Amino acid sequence: MAILIDAHTRVVVQGITGRIGRFHTEEMIDYGTNVVAGVTPGKGGEQVLDRPVFNTMKDAVAETGATTSIVFVPPPFAADSIMEAADAGIRFCVCITDGIPMQDMMRVKRYMRRYRAHQRMTLTGPNCAGTISPGQSLVGIMPGHIYLPGRVGVIGRSGTLGYEAASQMKALGIGVSTSVGIGGDPVNGSSFRDHLELFEADPGTDAVVMVGEIGGPQEAEGAHYVRDHMTKPVIAYIAGLSAPKGRKMGHAGAIVSAVGESAQEKAEILAAAGITVAPDPSCIGETVAHVLSEHTADLVEDRRG
Amino acid sequence: MDIHEYQAKEILARFGVPIPHGGLAYSPEQASYRCTEIGGSAWVVKAQIHAGGRGEAGGVKVCHSDRDVQDVANSMFGRRLVTKQSGPRGKLIYRVYVEEATDIARELYFCIMLDRRIERVCIIASAEGGVDIEELAATNPEALVRKTIDPAAGFLEFQAREIAFALGLEPALLAEASRIFRRAYRAFRDLDATMLEINPLAVTTKGSIVALDAKMSFDDNALFRHLDISELRDRSQEDARESHAADRGLAYVGLDGDIGCMINGAGLAMATMDMIKVAGGEPANFLDIGGGASPERVLKAFRAVLHDAKVKAMLINIFAGINRCDWVAEGIVAAFKELDVKIPVVVRLAGTHVDLGHQILRDSRLPIITADSLADAAHKAVAVVGTVGASA
Repeated sequence: MAILIDAHTRVVVQGITGRIGRFHTEEMIDYGTNVVAGVTPGKGGEQVLDRPVFNTMKDAVAETGATTSIVFVPPPFAADSIMEAADAGIRFCVCITDGIPMQDMMRVKRYMRRYRAHQRMTLTGPNCAGTISPGQSLVGIMPGHIYLPGRVGVIGRSGTLGYEAASQMKALGIGVSTSVGIGGDPVNGSSFRDHLELFEADPGTDAVVMVGEIGGPQEAEGAHYVRDHMTKPVIAYIAGLSAPKGRKMGHAGAIVSAVGESAQEKAEILAAAGITVAPDPSCIGETVAHVLSEHTADLVEDRRG
Repeated sequence: MDIHEYQAKEILARFGVPIPHGGLAYSPEQASYRCTEIGGSAWVVKAQIHAGGRGEAGGVKVCHSDRDVQDVANSMFGRRLVTKQSGPRGKLIYRVYVEEATDIARELYFCIMLDRRIERVCIIASAEGGVDIEELAATNPEALVRKTIDPAAGFLEFQAREIAFALGLEPALLAEASRIFRRAYRAFRDLDATMLEINPLAVTTKGSIVALDAKMSFDDNALFRHLDISELRDRSQEDARESHAADRGLAYVGLDGDIGCMINGAGLAMATMDMIKVAGGEPANFLDIGGGASPERVLKAFRAVLHDAKVKAMLINIFAGINRCDWVAEGIVAAFKELDVKIPVVVRLAGTHVDLGHQILRDSRLPIITADSLADAAHKAVAVVGTVGASA
């Protein structure tokens, strides 16, 4: 089991004919992702990597039954592509594009609300590395081989810090059910909280790792959800202890501009919610291993009791 | 991207928000000429820098003669003004804005910004203007009025009226105030601003409303559709190291430590800096080389890091996904050849083509210190800085 994507997920690539879109489509196909189509307006009828290209998302969905899309469209047009996916009935959309204007993203989020909650598309990103259910499907740009299939869910803002966490876990033999990148932008499609909820309900996930960073309220919001609703153990790391206030650290959203947004404050909020916070980025894997072994011991204890 | 007060005021005026008469000056003579042009008997000379807190720092002065204006301007030009927001080095003053003095009856506060909690634009206003708003929010949050904007509907007339009533404006000013609020919002929305602050928004003794100060920041991601706004960029107000790197497609933030950093990805870059701190060192910078970095970009990143004379050692941490370790390694080797690297360099490579990358580094026979994990890299970098410090 996994969340969002599995071996059967049918994926359409928006912007498949571009250099970057094509490159990552090939990587995804190599990993085993079921890529069924591509969309580039004006290039309908062409073939890319033996996949049909359509002019519109509606055509692609009607012809192939795709339920998931990944967006490699340049920033000026990316928001429009996301809304086109929502309108075509796509259920899960991963937006890789970095550099989408903030007001465009606010419009996207407003647009998505025109659908009832149960019909609403789940969006991750923009500016994210994508989502992977190891051994089943990869909808993103991450190197698939660093993830071991397993039972720990991962939610993170940063791509490469997510790789670091996954490889530390792999080195200790800990596998991942699904790893979700939510991206580094200030206005993003979904938050830690949204995916914590999915992992809590997923029978294939035993524990969740949150990899957060400075800026914004989403880590704290996730912490409150964990405190009030989660039964599964949660482990976290927050990057940016050495980041100065008021400076943007690479990600558009990584800026401390309000109370509670620094790495120290976030780590305190998470710890207070019962989350085990890794003290430094080199021991994320060890912290997960420790929490898992304690949790297993607790379960054994519960059964005996 | 930030702009100057006078630029923000020009924009506001263009959208119909009243501002006092004023003019820009690049020299003391020009400043005194502005007085004649503006007329009246009192003027305010305001240093144009990208930082708040100018008043307390001596960057805003009221003058009563053109001679006085010239002297004040003369004392400002070429100085670096240090305010509580400018950083310790301060910001260079090379333009001043001369404005007619306004007789103020009341000072209000008005601001438009993104509320990240609800991911919508919100308007914050207060009857207590002219003060530090962060302080007011902490000590007296009830004094703030807040309205959220629905992106589909925009800033509605009733919301603007509600703000005007909440500020306790006299009936004759209500309609005018509501119009001004909505015009300011239109400027914010049409130009993809991320922040617009008018503090104070003044009610004059003659019963009109004017923006006495104005601050605007813009969404860097939206500059592609606002060429006129991009042209307002003022490099003299930026950290030289940062604008140098930004021009080369690198995200760089200068810090005060001595370990230069080169990393791919913003999150991993922050984590690596954290690890340096845990290991007992101090990072000299944040630097993200981004995805798909060519050997040329790595070389440019090397230059950006070494540009900082404080750097005593360098830590390169690459976890390649869409990057390639072999390209990064080639860039490192090229940097050693072209840049005369005299400081120790610690390199940790992982991910795509890692073996090829290590091979290139080994074959180069350069004195590169390799590390096999994040922790190992940070500890080695801190250790070599220690020995550099001891031998110096």
